[in-house]
Amino acid sequence: MSLELRGVRQSYGDVEVLHGVDLTGRPGEVLAVVGANGAGKSTLIRVLAGAQRMTSGELRIDGERVDLRSPHDAHARGIRTVYQELSIVGGLSVTENLLMGAFPRRRGGLIDWPEAHRRAQELLDSAGFGAIDPRVLAGRLSVARQQMVEIAKALAGEVRVLVLDEPSAVLAGSDLDALFALIRRLRERGVLVVYVSHRLAEVMELADSIVVIKDGLIIAATEPARTSETELIGLMAGRRLEQIYPARRETTAETRLAVSRLSRKGEFEDVSFELRAGEIVGLFGLVGSGRSELARCVFGAEPATGGSGAYRSPAEAIAAGLALVTEDRKRSGLVLGMTVLDNIALATMRANRRGPLIDTAGRKRRVGEMIDRLGIQPGGCATMPVAALSGGNQQKAVLAKWLLAGPRVLILDEPTRGVDMATRVDIYRMVDDLARRGLAVLLISSDLTEVLGATDRVLVMREGRLAGDLRSEATTEDEVLAYAIGQAA
Amino acid sequence: MTGHIARIRMTRDVTVTAAFVSLIVLLVAVAALTSDTFLTQTNLTNLLKQMVTTGLLAFGMLVVILTGGIDLSVGSVVAFSGILTAGLVSGLPIPVAMAVGVLSGVGFGLINGVLVARFGLAAFVVTLASLTTIRGLAFVYSEVPIAPEDPAFFTLGSAMAGPIPVSTLIMLAVFVVGGVFLTRTPAGRSIVAIGGNAETVRLAGINVPRHVTLAYTISGACAGLAGVILASRVGIAQPSVGVAFELDAIAACVIGGASLAGGRGSARATFGGVLVLVLINNLLNLYGVQSFWQQVLKGLIIIAVILVQRTNRVRG
Ligand SMILES: Nc1ncnc2c1ncn2[C@@H]1O[C@H](COP(=O)(O)OP(=O)(O)OP(=O)(O)O)[C@@H](O)[C@H]1O
Ligand SMILES: [Mg+2]
Repeated sequence: MSLELRGVRQSYGDVEVLHGVDLTGRPGEVLAVVGANGAGKSTLIRVLAGAQRMTSGELRIDGERVDLRSPHDAHARGIRTVYQELSIVGGLSVTENLLMGAFPRRRGGLIDWPEAHRRAQELLDSAGFGAIDPRVLAGRLSVARQQMVEIAKALAGEVRVLVLDEPSAVLAGSDLDALFALIRRLRERGVLVVYVSHRLAEVMELADSIVVIKDGLIIAATEPARTSETELIGLMAGRRLEQIYPARRETTAETRLAVSRLSRKGEFEDVSFELRAGEIVGLFGLVGSGRSELARCVFGAEPATGGSGAYRSPAEAIAAGLALVTEDRKRSGLVLGMTVLDNIALATMRANRRGPLIDTAGRKRRVGEMIDRLGIQPGGCATMPVAALSGGNQQKAVLAKWLLAGPRVLILDEPTRGVDMATRVDIYRMVDDLARRGLAVLLISSDLTEVLGATDRVLVMREGRLAGDLRSEATTEDEVLAYAIGQAA
Repeated sequence: MTGHIARIRMTRDVTVTAAFVSLIVLLVAVAALTSDTFLTQTNLTNLLKQMVTTGLLAFGMLVVILTGGIDLSVGSVVAFSGILTAGLVSGLPIPVAMAVGVLSGVGFGLINGVLVARFGLAAFVVTLASLTTIRGLAFVYSEVPIAPEDPAFFTLGSAMAGPIPVSTLIMLAVFVVGGVFLTRTPAGRSIVAIGGNAETVRLAGINVPRHVTLAYTISGACAGLAGVILASRVGIAQPSVGVAFELDAIAACVIGGASLAGGRGSARATFGGVLVLVLINNLLNLYGVQSFWQQVLKGLIIIAVILVQRTNRVRG
């Protein structure tokens, strides 16, 4: 079905964030929406999903004006949405998450579990995610798998419009391929797919048309054939980006972190590596290879079962100058109910005191500086609840928290997830700058280009073991991938 | 745009506070206009004294609720610390006996905290168990009420500083110091943050179990103090006192906008909740409403206040 937005305005309180958006999507089309962090993409999507009623403007479906009153309303019209933030219930099985109350029943009213699991499996299969077992607790799945469940959930019943808000941010490798295949199948069936992503390469590959949104306005509408990644980045950022990755630095010989034969039962085994001052080391691996688990263990968040080099608790790790930016900001990076200020200051509260009290003036100044330095939008957001920031800006807030601690070893687990291109470049530059000042950085990423471009060395993990240690300059994406899947020569 | 956002947030806070203050003013006005006794010296002094128990318990409860927990044992602690103090008065100097009473509350709170934080037991279950255990201990200590003869025992609960009871000042001090603790100290901020997301706090290098234990200990201390003051005010300590006091404490927190899921709530708003609750109680008493009907009305009023709060928040 075709979808038309006319002059859509949307405000939070008195602040207007969409200033009259016009947008048209046709059946059987992949419509990509790109824009910087905080541009208003997710807000636009919430309007489409009926999760938020537009302040003014109109929505037309097949030419007819409709008023979406609730998510349920949108759902009933065949508009399905996968939000940027996961909404999976961890304590329920995948089946329960997928069917969400619409359970098949036996006579007498009891739930027919075998049938429920079968339906769930069918849904997963049809989405191309058949590898997921519907019987397990959703909370046990990796973030990538949870995202896939979320997508499969949106496919139940009659789908006419599928809206995906950064679905690929947590996916990599074959999972990503499965998603693309799914989108292409849906397109063939005449479904309109609205696709939000910061990964421009995939946008260029998938989209039929692209709109660029900036500060709540559509500033360009184009097609992959008529534009380039560089042009899109320029439009989004309002400035030209000359070089994405900074030049490499000299590394020193001083060891900052030495991990030897480290193991954690069931997650990774016998891992040894060193980080030197001034070095940026990438850590690549497929989902389930144990990269994040390794990082958490080194940081003391989880006890090791063998080997040395890991800290016993986060407090001890922090005291030794470590910082860990975790991959899931909602679960372990932010306290969503608190302000930006509280969040950014969380890891440094004890260090910045006046007598028994927090040095509030100093804290405000330091946090303010960090907000400026990372360009967290809207500027001066210190007193806002962190939940009111856009996804990418929330990610920057987590980074700010750890930079404020002045670490000597910085472990970044997917730090650019959901972060727009221009900001990514800023983050790479900042990490480079920190490395120049002697920091050792471990950069975990599923983005091959990033893991090679931003680092000096790449460690590759496969099934819980270190499978390769490659010099970034001297290797290729194919080679790294070959190590990751165990087919290296 | 930024200044804009800050301004909106501020106006919203101001409206909520204003709504709260007007509610309290309204209650006072209604009371003053419809009852001859409300504005009398005796009633006002009474009101101020009655506030003390609910107030102290509510602050302790707030700290626990902020971590995402609950402390059902406070009413029993009130009984135990009161009767223990009254019993000890015959053998010990009064200040020492009172200190021991308060410390018994600290001890119970500590045990609750350790069970919840170190052993990972559910707060509801742990404090429900200690509710009955501590109540039992109070009766074991003395089945009959104890009424100390020494008039000095009554000082803490009945002394006045000008027009204001000393005990009320103590309670106010707890709120002021407690408010500063929650908003301006690392431990206080950690407690609030733990209720929001304990994993994030743990990874920030903060000792979560220690802070959770601290929260229950604070609640125990407040309950211990409340018990001692209550015994001193009434002049007689009963092992059966304080049944269902935890409910008023929880209600005050909730009326003040605290979230039982943790992470949201403030000392100031909780104090507002205490005022609302105590005023309602006092009014219903003055009107001579029969006590069972009082309970019904109080329940309904609490729901109404929370509903008003909720719509306010959603609209904002
Ligand atoms: N609940 C909210 N309350 C107030 N402001 C909000 C709220 N949600 C979003 N905003 C603001 O609206 C603007 C647009 O946010 P939105 O989430 O739509 O951005 P986005 O384009 O999806 O960004 P990202 O790429 O980072 O996900 C931002 O300035 C953000 O701070
Ligand atoms: Mg977004």
